[in-house]
Amino acid sequence: MGEIFKPGANLQKGEHARLSSLIGAISLADQVKTTLGPRGRDKILQSTGRDLSVNVTNDGATILKNMVVSNPAAKLLVDVSKTQDAEVGDGTTSVCVLTGELLRAAEELLTSGIHPQTINAGWRLAHGVAQKALLDSSSDHGSDAAQFKEDLLNIARTTLSSKILNVDIEKFAQLAVDSVLRLKGSTNLESIHVLKKLGGSLSDSYLEEGFLLDKKIGIGQPKRIEKAKILVANTAMDTDKIKIYGARVRVNSIAKLAELEAVEKDKMKKKCQKIIDHGINCFINRQLIYNFPEEIFAQAKVMAIEHADFDGIERLALALGAEVTSTFDNPEVVKFGECDVIEEVMIGEDTLIRFGGCKAGEACTVVLRGSSQHLLDEAERSLHDALCVLSQTVKETKTVWGAGCSEMLMARAIEDEANKTPGKKANAMRAFAKALRAIPAIIADNAGLDSADLVSQLDAEISSGSKTSGIDVITGTVGDMTDLKITESYKVKSSMINYAAEAAEMLLRVDSIITCAPRERKNPHGRRGM
Amino acid sequence: MQAQAQQALAGAKIAGIAQDEYGRPIILVKQDDEGKTRVTGLEAQKQNIFAAIQVSQIVRSSLGPRGMDKMLVSPDQDVTVTNDGATIMDKMEIMNHIGQLVVNLSKAQDDEIGDGTTGVVVLLGGLLEQAEQLLDKGIHGIRVSEGFDSACKVACDELSRIADKVEWSKDNLEPLITTAMSTLSSKIVHRNRRQIAEICVKAVLAVADLDRKDVNLDLIKVEGKPGGRMEDTCLVEGIVLDKDISHPQMVKEIKDAKIAVLTCPFEPPKPKTKHKIDLSSGEQYQKLHEQEQEYFKNMVKLCKDSGATLVCCQWGFDDEANHLLMTNKLPAIRWVGGVELELLAIATGARIVPRFEELSADKLGVAGSVKEVGFGTTKDRMVFIENCKNSKAVTIFVRGGNKMIVEEAKRSIHDALCVVRNLVRDSRIVYGGGHAEMCCSIAVEKAAKQVATIEYHALSAFASALDVVPIALAENSGLAAIETLTSLKTTYRELAEKDNTVHHLGVDCMDSGTNNMKEQGVYETLIGKMQQMKLATQMAKMILKIDDVILDDPTA
Repeated sequence: MGEIFKPGANLQKGEHARLSSLIGAISLADQVKTTLGPRGRDKILQSTGRDLSVNVTNDGATILKNMVVSNPAAKLLVDVSKTQDAEVGDGTTSVCVLTGELLRAAEELLTSGIHPQTINAGWRLAHGVAQKALLDSSSDHGSDAAQFKEDLLNIARTTLSSKILNVDIEKFAQLAVDSVLRLKGSTNLESIHVLKKLGGSLSDSYLEEGFLLDKKIGIGQPKRIEKAKILVANTAMDTDKIKIYGARVRVNSIAKLAELEAVEKDKMKKKCQKIIDHGINCFINRQLIYNFPEEIFAQAKVMAIEHADFDGIERLALALGAEVTSTFDNPEVVKFGECDVIEEVMIGEDTLIRFGGCKAGEACTVVLRGSSQHLLDEAERSLHDALCVLSQTVKETKTVWGAGCSEMLMARAIEDEANKTPGKKANAMRAFAKALRAIPAIIADNAGLDSADLVSQLDAEISSGSKTSGIDVITGTVGDMTDLKITESYKVKSSMINYAAEAAEMLLRVDSIITCAPRERKNPHGRRGM
Repeated sequence: MQAQAQQALAGAKIAGIAQDEYGRPIILVKQDDEGKTRVTGLEAQKQNIFAAIQVSQIVRSSLGPRGMDKMLVSPDQDVTVTNDGATIMDKMEIMNHIGQLVVNLSKAQDDEIGDGTTGVVVLLGGLLEQAEQLLDKGIHGIRVSEGFDSACKVACDELSRIADKVEWSKDNLEPLITTAMSTLSSKIVHRNRRQIAEICVKAVLAVADLDRKDVNLDLIKVEGKPGGRMEDTCLVEGIVLDKDISHPQMVKEIKDAKIAVLTCPFEPPKPKTKHKIDLSSGEQYQKLHEQEQEYFKNMVKLCKDSGATLVCCQWGFDDEANHLLMTNKLPAIRWVGGVELELLAIATGARIVPRFEELSADKLGVAGSVKEVGFGTTKDRMVFIENCKNSKAVTIFVRGGNKMIVEEAKRSIHDALCVVRNLVRDSRIVYGGGHAEMCCSIAVEKAAKQVATIEYHALSAFASALDVVPIALAENSGLAAIETLTSLKTTYRELAEKDNTVHHLGVDCMDSGTNNMKEQGVYETLIGKMQQMKLATQMAKMILKIDDVILDDPTA
């Protein structure tokens, strides 16, 4: 009697639910917090798949995505981190850690008997103050190109400093800034192609001005073309079916069949001829090119490249200024791609096709070299983070100081406001400030420094009016950010605080957790595993 | 047959026995050891009441501006965090039969009114709690439900009496916004409730038919995307399609677009009749090929000739058609869903065209601007179609820090939209914060004193049951519940005796220093409140009437 749920379901209420959701979120945040900052550490993730593949990473979003969490609150945190990743690309660890710290601060208030909704009300106030303080402390060099480029370089350095690319930070910062500036304000990172090639060392990586395609040139076709005129296409070059429904071949003799085959061949030949008639010397197709058309192209001295995947084709089209064509009846309206030279190049042991001197220089290729696949994967993620942040900064040109400077400024502003606020809300606001202060403390802790000492020193500096002080984790002192040039994107910081506050509020509002009975799974690995 | 009956007799425990004229037993309910259970009489009633109260206990803490949320984990381990009663009920997968009735109750309120889905369940819980005590006293369930019925009538009359009419017009939207804000105050969007309330009011008014006082909420689409901040939530006077333009190199921004809305695919015709085209010679093959090419060219030509500058197609089209469209400078969107297509047609004044041949200039829709917008660092893109010819269809575009927030914000917006719609239909309101329930409780109590029959008990039970709402509100806000309620009631009575008008006293959940709900601006719609009372009473009556539960255990 009295059981209203399905067997296996679970209802947690009040303290239990709160404990489960707060502890879940906090412990997940604690898991990733050691990766924060320039001296943060990496994690090894081993997948549960059959190959038990290994992933070494410092990237919060990657860690969280690949961790199998069952706690619902922790899941929410993972989702927040994913959104941060999708929106600005960096700060994925920080957002998770800040949420955790907020909840940790809230836990204290809860035990002292303050209603969660009162805490939320205080947090909303604090959040408003924090955003305002952040905006006030930001500077904007969007109109000054040289200064802005300097800003971008600083941001790239800050972002990369905690990653594996730290070894050659100047080079990679320059590389990231260059490739983002080539986009000319677009945030479409698809046009930056990151090519990973095993071998060499990280410092052998470079930005290819032209475009590299990881494909082979068809056999018997020219290997080097100068002043190339390129047709980029997406069309069937294997068997070109006629798309009329219900068509089928019914013949009564082998001879007839042969005749049909000949016509079919003829059709393909005509198609090839049409393509060749565009006056091109290079043909790149997204789909397969069979031997027969390949041979025709070879005879016409046209370079034919097959099977460029879809992203590749779009990027190519961007790089070469061509359009992706699928019909070939109107050569006069088709926009061809042009480049000075197409050639095969060797990187490591692989042959790639290089398009040099492209007409439209928006797309580019970054070649990453490294000694292991894991290293390359991590390098790609790090670079991706940097590229994301930079491209977002190009859009929103405001910058703030890093190294705990902006967090402390916000915390200070919140506390000043809390002192003027009557009622229990003020406690909640102070808790928010405390959570913000935890971030520089964690960064210092990760670097093996005395965080309590450093943070209080920094707080004293900030309180006495400095707007640019921060923690220099390399020397372990409080320093001036204008000298250290630790800059962060305003947008990243702002959305990090925003998402963390929203997520923490959401979790704090929860007073029961209802877990439905898990769906019965028919053993997914079934007989095959046996 | 007889043998079977005998066997059943021998093997099974017999629950209900009747006898025919020869004294042979007739088995009504076969109850064997395999999990079939039967409960009758008072025990059944109590069990049912207990189950319903349990469900209502779960959502009770979600009531009011300081109510808490529930975290629900689905069988597939998806997490939902919500404050919305109907959603909680829906997602918690209740197995108990009475529990399911309660879920339906919440759904009924959601369908009819859209808001107050938690309140109705809490009220039901209160009613049943009281009813149980009456049953204990030995009062028959039917008498209790009759009493509840007449009490409900008294309460509804009282509601109409205390109701205020809000005066709003196109220039004075404030009352509507305030009401929407009351609804939103219990939700996660609290921080931005003013902004979202304004958006909701604008959206409803944009699609409302003010002469007929009707609002078709289907015309308001709520679209969400994680990312950005909640402040970025906006009202789009047009349609947002979660699609991208079919070819990467087509124009991404079109001014003064003429839109062809198609439900036919860019493919050669596909007759419904089963058919086969047999090819037996090379010539035929070639002809077929030409025919195919012709089809494609024709289709694109027909679109182009109609003067369209954007093609929205319900179906897909292959690379060849795609490219033909591009060479003809015709941007296109493929795989547009049926609902979106309809909205698009309504907004832009387009006719949905099922065949290319029927496409003509007057069937095209008009939109001031169409543009594809990318989000964040991922490849997500959406198409915004704005400044449509008749902006009769609008979209609320929700942003937020994570998927769960966006989903919850969407639900909250739905509630607010419903409330505003209800106000457009019927502009009478009652005051919230437990004020309406308190007034009704006092009125019912008064009425009870004039009843000489046994129903007196039912009526006064109903009055106490109504108190459950202000009590829950006060509890959830961390106030001393009983004390708050008694002092409120006393003040209310004293004031009412003094000047014989309605005073808008309610529970001060937000600790704002006044108990006057009118000053605080806590409004609820009259129809919503009335519906709550009626539905809860009906459901309570229904549950009280059940005296026999026969269950087949599904696991057996």
